[in-house]
Amino acid sequence: MTAPLIRIEALTKRFQTGGGLLARPREMLAVREVTLDIGKGEVVGVVGESGCGKSTLARLILRLIEPTAGRVSFDGTDLSALSPAALRRMRRRMAMVFQDPYSSLDPRFTIARVLEEPFRVQGEALVTGQMGEMLAAVGLPASMAESHPHQLSGGQRQRVGIARALALRPDFVVLDEPTASLDVSIQAQIVALLADLRDRLGLTYLFISHDLGLVRYFCDRIVVMYLGSMVEVLPAAGAAPRHPYTQALTQSAFVPDPARRRTIAPLAGEIPSPFNLPPGCAFATRCPLASDRCRAERPALSDDPDHPVACFHPL
Amino acid sequence: MSAPVLLRAPAPLRALRRPLGAVAGAWLGLVVLAAVFAPLLSPYGYDIQALKEAYQQPSAAHWLGTDEFGRDLLTRLIYGARTSLSVSATAIAVSVFCGMVLGASAAWFGGWFDRAVTVVVDLTWSFPEILIALILVAIIGPGTTGTMIAISVAYLAQFTRLTRSQILTLKGETFIEAARSLGAGNGQILFRHLLPNTLAPVLVSAMLATGDAIILEATLGFFGLGAQPPVPSWGGMMSAGSALVFKAPWVILFPGLTVAITVVAINLYGDALIAALDIKSRLRRGA
Amino acid sequence: MTALLEIERIEVAIGTLRLLDGISLTVDRGKILGLVGESGSGKSLTALAALGLLPLIGGRVTGGAVRFDGQDMGTMSDAQRRALRGRRIGFVSQNPMTALDPVQRIGAQIDIVSRLHLGLNRAEARKRTLELMTQLRIPEAAAVAESWPHQLSGGMKQRIVIAMALAGDPDLIIADEPTTALDVTVQAQIIQILGGLVRDRGVALLLITHDMGVVAQLCDQVAVLYGGRLAEEGPAAPIFAAPAHPYTRALIGCIPQDDMAKGTLRGIPGAVPGALDFPSGCRFHPRCPRASDLCRSEVPVLTRQGPDHIVACHHPEGAA
Repeated sequence: MTAPLIRIEALTKRFQTGGGLLARPREMLAVREVTLDIGKGEVVGVVGESGCGKSTLARLILRLIEPTAGRVSFDGTDLSALSPAALRRMRRRMAMVFQDPYSSLDPRFTIARVLEEPFRVQGEALVTGQMGEMLAAVGLPASMAESHPHQLSGGQRQRVGIARALALRPDFVVLDEPTASLDVSIQAQIVALLADLRDRLGLTYLFISHDLGLVRYFCDRIVVMYLGSMVEVLPAAGAAPRHPYTQALTQSAFVPDPARRRTIAPLAGEIPSPFNLPPGCAFATRCPLASDRCRAERPALSDDPDHPVACFHPL
Repeated sequence: MSAPVLLRAPAPLRALRRPLGAVAGAWLGLVVLAAVFAPLLSPYGYDIQALKEAYQQPSAAHWLGTDEFGRDLLTRLIYGARTSLSVSATAIAVSVFCGMVLGASAAWFGGWFDRAVTVVVDLTWSFPEILIALILVAIIGPGTTGTMIAISVAYLAQFTRLTRSQILTLKGETFIEAARSLGAGNGQILFRHLLPNTLAPVLVSAMLATGDAIILEATLGFFGLGAQPPVPSWGGMMSAGSALVFKAPWVILFPGLTVAITVVAINLYGDALIAALDIKSRLRRGA
Repeated sequence: MTALLEIERIEVAIGTLRLLDGISLTVDRGKILGLVGESGSGKSLTALAALGLLPLIGGRVTGGAVRFDGQDMGTMSDAQRRALRGRRIGFVSQNPMTALDPVQRIGAQIDIVSRLHLGLNRAEARKRTLELMTQLRIPEAAAVAESWPHQLSGGMKQRIVIAMALAGDPDLIIADEPTTALDVTVQAQIIQILGGLVRDRGVALLLITHDMGVVAQLCDQVAVLYGGRLAEEGPAAPIFAAPAHPYTRALIGCIPQDDMAKGTLRGIPGAVPGALDFPSGCRFHPRCPRASDLCRSEVPVLTRQGPDHIVACHHPEGAA
């Protein structure tokens, strides 16, 4: 079996906030012991709701923030062991597309400058005609190079963001909710573009979203996160959920077909505060199958290499 | 959503399209021209005394009259513009530069350095500028250099705070994170992204501060702490004229009016510039 | 029986820009109308027009009428309109994070609605508030009533906003993207609550959303807006099963579904036009696979596609 492109081992991130003379600092476990392998050419989805830690995970993987514990290896190299210069060179091979197309581009830059920046940072220059190619690859006209971000629509800006991420031909792209701020019709365009680019350029994607339907359409494997922990990894988009939370997520997505209305049996309660993680399984407060054991002990991700689940009562 | 400066005519020119901006801009243009071309525009030399012609009312020979030494007031006013503008503008320019460096470093590095800078800035901030200026001039000694340094230091806190808060806000923007994801280093982010995006609000603030600085310079001059005779300054002229209020009121009236009108013009033009730059909504991006 | 809310060929402008062009909708008692559209379609404007709140954003009605329970809102005085809002029409706004006053306790914000519109005294209003909160399944209602908005989660806040909308005992609720800012599992809870309100209390609901899944799950009638005009309207079943307008069809096709083969999601080329760039003729023609010269020059009128099903298209799908 070929070595995975990305190996994530027990990645953990703890944040501290507050604290001072009168209050003790509060701690929050944003990401808790995430272990995952991503193979070359795979499209791995990460899905979860607010507070699940998926955005933090994305930034940990690219070492935009430092982990509290755990390791990320890219193509065999431990990222945390790299010097700043070596890390900068490594960044040619990993890139990120951000959620908000409106603030991910410097408002004072022309599109040309935005697309040149990856080259300048690495101390390189663009080849003639490359700018036009980069824009064409994402479906934008070459003339757009002279425009400013505010002249572009949200969809166009996101395409620029994608072009910027792909500028140096990375192997791996993290997409942090790349379509969340876009209209549905534009979202579909962007997803089609991403699929196209992945096929043509042989990219590996980590696709983060709160939209399970989108993730199931686009991704090969799906990681489900809840309050910082992985609760399940679905081996294929169509796989039946084994974790009660995944089940709840599936049932919360409404199908655009009135003939297939469901009786909604929504999850009770709210997502607990990440500052006050309950002992035991984080989902126990809302889980219809919760037992005493669930409330006392934290279930670990099972050993099953294909479809691991972190649950004492998997479906 | 608004256009950044680069897209249409530059903001300073667009500011002139508004009526108040145009009038204010015209006055300021006049003052700047006067300062630059003083020797060419002045009918007389500024230190030519003609005691026989002292205390003359405005007339054909002396458009604004003469002072107690028979010197032509218009000439002294024009040269006074040179003093006022050069002192204020230079002082503010130095203050802006130092303030941006300090504020940017404090915001970027954070930690104890940021706390130290904030404490110093807050302390200075709580003193009125005039007090700081007086203390410094008392230490350094009167004259244009002393005034320049005093004004620079007096406004340092303002620019440091402004830069620091702008950069703190910008640090959290996604495009900064994007630059880091490309591997951009601290220096590259600071000089390519953070400072240029901070420039517009700081420059407008600098412009308005120049108005305040002109008043401060005039005040110091009024107390005899500014440019020393015979170099004319608006404040110095007003000081001399204060004794002559009943005898030759024009001696204090014209410099006083000039300071007032110039500062009002700066504020009006600054308002037009802010509107043209649309700064507030520029940082508030919307769908 | 007359419809509770009747919007008849309404035209709305801000300044010289005409943003809504001849929209007609009806909402009946005990029914849910889903108003669907992407950004810039004019759906929020329609809500504001129905509430008589256009002046808040500098807009005004330049044609057509809004009738509530048979009465023309345009001919009412300001006081009469204000009497309707909160009492007979409840409004649930889009962003629960900003819909509540941050410096007033939760209970007070709900109390005031019943005190103002139902004339209840302080004790009665508080009793009603707690009842409403319990019905909306807010746990520990009394404690929550004493807390501040910032202490609540998004889902909780949205429930409070719904409570405020219900406090006046309205006949119609207008909900503008009530679940967009919320997590998916919380959205399910809110949708269930809204559905329950209509079933159990018989209120009418005008639900504004861009989410076709929610529309399919909840709505009886669907109206699709594009570029400030009505593209299609009808009962949910035919709209989803046999959409007549190419935009509706394309929009439904934009939603990723499990049984879609990979690569079939294509999106609609182009972008939603802004009010300054509305195309001539049919506003959808630059993006429409069926566009013809007629579409480019003439505005399509609403034609009957089936019982209760109308469409504004020169070449509707399913037609000869």
